[in-house]
Amino acid sequence: MQAADRRVEKKTKHEPWRDPHADAYVRIENVTKRFGDFVAVNNVSLKIYKGEIFCLLGGSGCGKSTLLRMLAGFEAPTSGSIFIDGQDMAAVPPYERPVNMMFQSYALFPHMTVEKNIAFGLEQEKGLSRNDIATRVTDILEIVKLGQFAARRPHQLSGGQRQRVALARALVKRPKLLLLDEPLGALDKKLREATQFELINIQDQLGVTFMVVTHDQEEAMTLASRIGVMNRGEIVQIGTPTEIYEFPMTKFVADFIGSVNMFEGQLIEDLPDRARIKSDELGGVIYIDHGISSAPGAMVWAAVRPEKINILRQPPADTSENCVKGVVKEIAYMGDVSIYLVKIETGKTIRVTLPNVERLSDDERILWDETVWLTWHGSSPVVVTQ
Amino acid sequence: MKPVGARTVGTREQLGRLGPLWMFFFRYGPPRWSEYVLQNWSGQRLVIAIPYLWLLIFFLIPFLIVLKISFAEFLPLGRPPYAPVFQWVEEGAVQIKLWVTSFAFLMSEPLYVSSYVYSLKIALVSTIFCLLLGYPMAYAIARSSPTMRNLFLMLVILPFWTSFLLRVYAWIGLLKNDGVINNVLQFLGIIEEPLVMMNTSFAVYIGIVYSYLPFMILPLYSNLEKHDLTLLEAAQDLGAGPIKSFLRVTLPLSFPGIMAGSLLVFIPVVGEYVIPSLLGSKDETMIATLLWTEFYNNRNWPNASAVAIAMLLVLVVPIMIFQHFQNKELEAGRR
Ligand SMILES: Nc1ncnc2c1ncn2[C@@H]1O[C@H](COP(=O)(O)OP(=O)(O)OP(=O)(O)O)[C@@H](O)[C@H]1O
Ligand SMILES: [Mg+2]
Repeated sequence: MQAADRRVEKKTKHEPWRDPHADAYVRIENVTKRFGDFVAVNNVSLKIYKGEIFCLLGGSGCGKSTLLRMLAGFEAPTSGSIFIDGQDMAAVPPYERPVNMMFQSYALFPHMTVEKNIAFGLEQEKGLSRNDIATRVTDILEIVKLGQFAARRPHQLSGGQRQRVALARALVKRPKLLLLDEPLGALDKKLREATQFELINIQDQLGVTFMVVTHDQEEAMTLASRIGVMNRGEIVQIGTPTEIYEFPMTKFVADFIGSVNMFEGQLIEDLPDRARIKSDELGGVIYIDHGISSAPGAMVWAAVRPEKINILRQPPADTSENCVKGVVKEIAYMGDVSIYLVKIETGKTIRVTLPNVERLSDDERILWDETVWLTWHGSSPVVVTQ
Repeated sequence: MKPVGARTVGTREQLGRLGPLWMFFFRYGPPRWSEYVLQNWSGQRLVIAIPYLWLLIFFLIPFLIVLKISFAEFLPLGRPPYAPVFQWVEEGAVQIKLWVTSFAFLMSEPLYVSSYVYSLKIALVSTIFCLLLGYPMAYAIARSSPTMRNLFLMLVILPFWTSFLLRVYAWIGLLKNDGVINNVLQFLGIIEEPLVMMNTSFAVYIGIVYSYLPFMILPLYSNLEKHDLTLLEAAQDLGAGPIKSFLRVTLPLSFPGIMAGSLLVFIPVVGEYVIPSLLGSKDETMIATLLWTEFYNNRNWPNASAVAIAMLLVLVVPIMIFQHFQNKELEAGRR
């Protein structure tokens, strides 16, 4: 991970994955799952450490749920092995794994009330008295704000309420490893954020290790200590949210996380402290303030995030590098930021976002069809080779 | 019947699918009537009315006739063999004579009481056996692959293609003293003397369980097949082993199916006639056999009617339970 080495980051948080001697709580080794000819999960290796919130991020059908279901024990890997707490899980049935899962379809028991649904898992544990169960159910209902619905059946609840019951049912067992399959998809933004922080709180309090599946990258960014990005059954990159966002390793990751402007080009200079890419797509040269260590002359992609690009109304002093002229074709006001779509001379459209820091009067504002110059700093582009 | 042109009938859409029929009725039907019907009945109600009419004509009215006969006086040499209940006397008055002797006879005669008890016992025990045999079969069918499932269902339904009577006769060939089962067992040297199976309750149970098993399997299957299998995964995930998950999730969710199947077996078995008269003993009679004797041998219509009415009363409770669970099942299906 060349990117991480360069980073100067305060290491206030516990980051066991940086320590080569740390013991992983969950070890997934070369796991492959085939359904007939179809490869749903392809040779995935992963280590998840105690107390982590690990987010699996990826498009629909990329194998996230399948991976989770293998951890819970509902699918057996075609090859490879899974260790939880050092124990090989191959022969351990789901009901004996120290794992709880929140199902994507919730899987609430329709013949039981909310309360009974949540108590079900506790009733399977030995040595819990009725009173203990009752208090734990009440507590968790409080957390997910469903106290007044305790006596209802699942079909009498809204989608979001059902989702919270499912979450509560998995949480109440206080498992060592909690698998959440799209835990917050059906909640509104406010409730989702509240629940996200609640999850982080629970994680702090109980020391549960979370593995969360989502295709909402914002959610992954908020929750995760690390993110694993999946594509077509493979893990393409694992890293902290910042690493994934700032230093994507492949075109897919750069594209998948947030929006990005991608320029294909040829590496014309590659030294330890700088590199240059000549891009026909951009119609100019991209300067990068660090080395790429790739074969000279190779075709690479430079990815520049929209918020890292400046818009100027006058041409800058040096227009030879990291600068392109264009015409504003579209402006979208998003409240906190505005998005500008600028068409450059090669015909490519570049996306730029600017924060709306102050209210501008009409003549200060950049307008449609205005000619502008786009520039960015040499540290902004991320070069990916695949 | 003259056509009345000035009245408006409503547009085609308003009238729905029965539109042309309505049009015809409205044009050529009696004027007041057709207007009343049009204003107060919707097409939907008319459609619902058809089965009600059917039940009225072919169920309620015959039932009332039987009820009436059960309260009539028995005239052994009469034709019909009972006295009229309602009779016109002079001065334009109707005389009603209700005889409760038939019902009193039912209660006092131990033969009747014991055959009611015997019928209920047979029905209960065979329902339990059907359930014990049918549940695992229905479960296995519901959990097998779609192609196997169709094959199994075919096998369950297949016996219906041969006559019910023939299948019961076939059991005689199997069960009698020199029948297939006894011959095989004797040939293998397992038994010396033939087992007496024919004309016993055992044979009746065999015949009933065999004949009614599909009625248990099919409703159970249709219930079990609808189960969401992720619920079982959820139960296992929460720490319940296979047996616990079955008891706490599958079994309660299949309860409507169990009730439907059980009552579908129980209700007709109480009134079963063919199987006990072909396979059963002559000493222990089921209620339907008794009814037959009363009606054809003794020609005592009032008594026979009273037997039928009493049987109906015995069955009303389970029928109502059946209705209740069927409604529940429908509701569950809608969700
Ligand atoms: N039992 C199965 N048999 C055959 N194919 C399956 C089975 N289960 C999943 N798949 C396939 O495996 C792939 C991965 O499925 P999975 O459910 O893991 O996707 P996912 O990443 O969770 O997607 P989503 O975000 O939509 O939930 C899909 O293409 C799916 O069609
Ligand atoms: Mg999924």
